[in-house]
Amino acid sequence: MSRGASRPDLSTTLTPTSAVGLGITVLWFSLLVLIPLAAVLITASSGGWSNFWRTITNEQTAHAIQLTVVAALVITALNVVTGTAIAWVIVRDRFFGKSVLELLIDIPFALPTITAGLVLVSLYGNESPLGIHLANTSWSVYLAFLFVTLPFVVRMVQPVLEELDLDVEEAAASLGASRFTTFRRIILPSLLPAIAAGAALSFARGMGEYGSLVLLSGNLPFESEVASVRILSSIENDNPAGAASVAAILLVIALLVIVALDVIQRKMVSRG
Amino acid sequence: MTRKSVTVAPVTIALRVFAIAYLFLLVAWPVALVVSNTFENGLTALEGVFGDPDLRSALRLTLTAAVVATVINTLFGVSISLLLVRTEFRGKRLLNALLDLPLSVSPIVVGLALVLVYGGRNGWAGPWLEDHGLQVIFATPGIILATAFVSLPLVIREVVPVLREIGIEQEQAAQSLGANGWQTFWLITLPAIKWAVVYGVVLTLARSVGEFGAVKVVSGNILGETRTATLAVEEKYLNFDPEAAYALSFLLGSVSVLSIVIVAVLRARSARH
Repeated sequence: MSRGASRPDLSTTLTPTSAVGLGITVLWFSLLVLIPLAAVLITASSGGWSNFWRTITNEQTAHAIQLTVVAALVITALNVVTGTAIAWVIVRDRFFGKSVLELLIDIPFALPTITAGLVLVSLYGNESPLGIHLANTSWSVYLAFLFVTLPFVVRMVQPVLEELDLDVEEAAASLGASRFTTFRRIILPSLLPAIAAGAALSFARGMGEYGSLVLLSGNLPFESEVASVRILSSIENDNPAGAASVAAILLVIALLVIVALDVIQRKMVSRG
Repeated sequence: MTRKSVTVAPVTIALRVFAIAYLFLLVAWPVALVVSNTFENGLTALEGVFGDPDLRSALRLTLTAAVVATVINTLFGVSISLLLVRTEFRGKRLLNALLDLPLSVSPIVVGLALVLVYGGRNGWAGPWLEDHGLQVIFATPGIILATAFVSLPLVIREVVPVLREIGIEQEQAAQSLGANGWQTFWLITLPAIKWAVVYGVVLTLARSVGEFGAVKVVSGNILGETRTATLAVEEKYLNFDPEAAYALSFLLGSVSVLSIVIVAVLRARSARH
């Protein structure tokens, strides 16, 4: 390994062995992930801009994309509020059975998406013991997004909240700041990067969600059909170019989220 | 947590009630319903699942794909984590960011992407591969690829922070005493990251067992051949056999929830030491 140090190029510390290792892993990553995802973008652009535009402005497709974006935005906004509140309860409150609450938060993340779908059908489907019937409505999409994205904001905010110094809050309170002022001026600013990261993850997950909503939503065009369902029906109708056009939009959004997360994470690290 | 706040503020109570009600309605109640639906007639639903040869082969396929994908992702994940933490090379930041991509891409897009490259009819590489006797899409290799794709970052996410934390002093000490790269890895690095690898493996297995969307696109859903357990849940539900759908869902869900619980317990224990 010592040979690496004498290399003239200072930007790399790869030894011959680790260079081969890097080559193999990057090759596998390319074959599995990068080349297939590039194929989506290339197939989407192969018919030219006009074809791409015609595909995504098709009335049914445009409606599906619109529903997905609106629902993902709405549940992200909801998660910012509920996720922060739940994280606060977990970190600051003490009551009997709190550990059960902690377990419940991870369940949506752990469950297979199709199981999540069946879970939601059993309480909000046609045989709902609550009398709430969301099957085959656009509300089912919101519900499924809300279920699968539950852990993101909570799990991002929770560790930051645990690290927060209580002294500063007590100082603010002793100087006469109300609870709300303390929260807004002291707690919230430190939580913002974590909330933003959780929001980005929620939005990305919502945009691409499929498994948890198929059973409850019924996939009705112009009502409860989302972007990923639209892609799937294009694939099944042997229209890979059409599928790739919608997929390219989802992929670009996923890439933007990755970039946003990278920026946020660097900010969180530099703040210490 | 100081024990100063003896009186509980109304805001605290309100937030507590909200958190409990929200999680009860969104998670606890519906999950409990799936469990009670599964055991409505005792164990007959579960017995039905194991008695049905098609469902047995679906479970076997799911298990095979999950195990193979987990082995691949563990080897890949540990190698790339070592490279990311212990070496410098151009494009490292980009590679690091791209490795998280599988977690934010729609599973349907994942399936489509694989079909576009490995599809037997019109894929970039698919026809050539089929000429050489390897069918990927609509066959087990495609299911394994899709499963490996969606669970790819999980081992890396566990191992990288631990590698950063343990530093390189011990590794350097071993090397100065004459250990070669392999010996350093087996005797020093691997024992130090052992638990991170275990967590990563368990989480990868759980994610792999439950993959649905990506597998649906690449599998072709051929009964007894390329139908995985999650696909069977959908099919049973749509074909008015909810009992089987609930039982199979219960099985898959238990595996995933148990995995999460095991990791949480192990983590809590290691945090105490």
